[in-house]
Amino acid sequence: MSLLSLRGLSKSFGGLVAVAHVSLELEADAVIGLIGPNGAGKTTLFNLITGNQRPDSGGIFFDGRDITGLPTHAVVRLGIARTFQNIRLFQSMSLLENVLAGRHCRLRAGLAASLLRPPFQRREERQAVRRARDELAFVGLEEQRDKPAGGLSHGSQRLLEIARALATDPRFLILDEPAGGMNGQETAALMELIAAIRSRGVSVLLIEHDMNLVMKVCRRIVVLEYGVVIAQGAPEHIKRDPAVIEAYLGSGE
Amino acid sequence: MIAARRSLLSWSAFFASLAALPPLLPLLGVDGGGAVQIGVLNDIGIYLILALSLNIILGHAGIFHMGHTAFFAVGAYAAAILNTSCGWPILSALPVAGLLAALLAFLVAVPVIRLRGDYLLVVTIGVVEIVRICLVNNIFGLTGGANGIAGIGRAVILGRRLTTPADIFYLIWSFAALSVLLFSLLENSRFGRALNYIREDEVAAAGCGINTGRHKIQAFVLGAFWAGMAGTLFAVKTRLVDPESFTFSESVMLFAIVILGGAGSMAGIVLGTFLLIGLQEIFRDFLEARMLVFGAAMVAMMIFRPQGLLPARARRYDTGGRTGASPGAAGREKKPGPPAGNGAAGT
Repeated sequence: MSLLSLRGLSKSFGGLVAVAHVSLELEADAVIGLIGPNGAGKTTLFNLITGNQRPDSGGIFFDGRDITGLPTHAVVRLGIARTFQNIRLFQSMSLLENVLAGRHCRLRAGLAASLLRPPFQRREERQAVRRARDELAFVGLEEQRDKPAGGLSHGSQRLLEIARALATDPRFLILDEPAGGMNGQETAALMELIAAIRSRGVSVLLIEHDMNLVMKVCRRIVVLEYGVVIAQGAPEHIKRDPAVIEAYLGSGE
Repeated sequence: MIAARRSLLSWSAFFASLAALPPLLPLLGVDGGGAVQIGVLNDIGIYLILALSLNIILGHAGIFHMGHTAFFAVGAYAAAILNTSCGWPILSALPVAGLLAALLAFLVAVPVIRLRGDYLLVVTIGVVEIVRICLVNNIFGLTGGANGIAGIGRAVILGRRLTTPADIFYLIWSFAALSVLLFSLLENSRFGRALNYIREDEVAAAGCGINTGRHKIQAFVLGAFWAGMAGTLFAVKTRLVDPESFTFSESVMLFAIVILGGAGSMAGIVLGTFLLIGLQEIFRDFLEARMLVFGAAMVAMMIFRPQGLLPARARRYDTGGRTGASPGAAGREKKPGPPAGNGAAGT
């Protein structure tokens, strides 16, 4: 049974059709790649899933539940987390606070608890800080926890975004070009990290331009062109698919 | 923890030394027993409470709100009306005045809170003007028009009538101290952090699971609630409320205090209030030149120190004394181990 299913999703901006009748079944416990030429509608598809944009038509079901049109924070609460293609960290805040942001939706203290500081509030704060440190350690940034996020290298900022997303306890993690701006060594580490995320029981949907990375870490690949799914299947299969080759390299003429 | 204790100590020292002023000023031979100086400090105290409440909205949540006087006015008038027309003791109007201001804030915020910075700013400016014009036009026959409402009764605490400026001083500054305590608890909590995430990047905050709209409304309503209570204290102090006390320029002054002092920094806001309100009183004789200097100072600040006089400091977290060297991935069967040099590269 699939964890996330997209049924006939469409989204256009003015006259431009970004996503056209996309139906996909994304299974649990897998790393699935979403590839396609620039402007194929990959990020729009992500934005539809995470509630950043509303689809014109079609439905999104997560674990059997209709989440179409839910606001982003509600989608995150249900267990879908994401990173951003153009890194969106809280630049002036420390690494630790950035990751704590991800814990927010799992904490209960409201205004009253913040003022009165009952024991449960202090306990959950302690646990949140500990968990944030664990997530920083998981991506290998724990020693820099008190530094401002803006001072990190590009690659490390991407790792920090992943740590922040993981702190929300996702069951499904959407990574939007995580290897963008990473050097070879960092990309290799990222592959290991994605595998480790999967082994934590988190399913991963990955947009990536680095074909080497996609072919290595994904069990299944979905190819999007002009908002339409033109192929999907195992990496070996995708590599040989004529429609995919044409989309990427153009036809022989 | 140590940092929290130290800041508690310095705040206590600050308020304790202020508390010593009323008995001290006459002993030092200040003219008229220091009544004028106490009066200025009372003004500063009220502005401080207002600025602290605006800090939640503007400093922490980053909502461009230049209409705080509207909520101050609603609180002051609510207290004045309840006292003069309904015979309530003025201080018992405190929560009601706060709630009415909060209600207005809620009604304003719900439709407009999603507007982007500058658009919202224009709306909030409109609100101040609407409230002021309502007051001038004697809305519902309650506000006394341009003359305002006079004859507000003395505040009574535990059977003691507050008559001297020093009495009012202790009332206002106790409330200011309470504000500092409550707002510092609030800003070092899940709620305060959420506001800061929203200020830094609203899309990212929502992407982390934070209900941004709800938090912004909460911040707005809470700040207005506090401003409404400050309005009651103002009514206690002046015993006369009129529309001239609640103009747009007061809103701008509060905005300037928060930005110049240091958005999100309570120490900065205390300093900003003393500088802007205190100096204004000291240079009252040079009315025209005062605004000139004030404007020039503002320009200079924005160029050379846009983060404010005393910018907010990063929160400290008690991380349980574990050092970075310990394996943080405890309890996890597989540590992916991106190379340690990875994070350091390029930083």
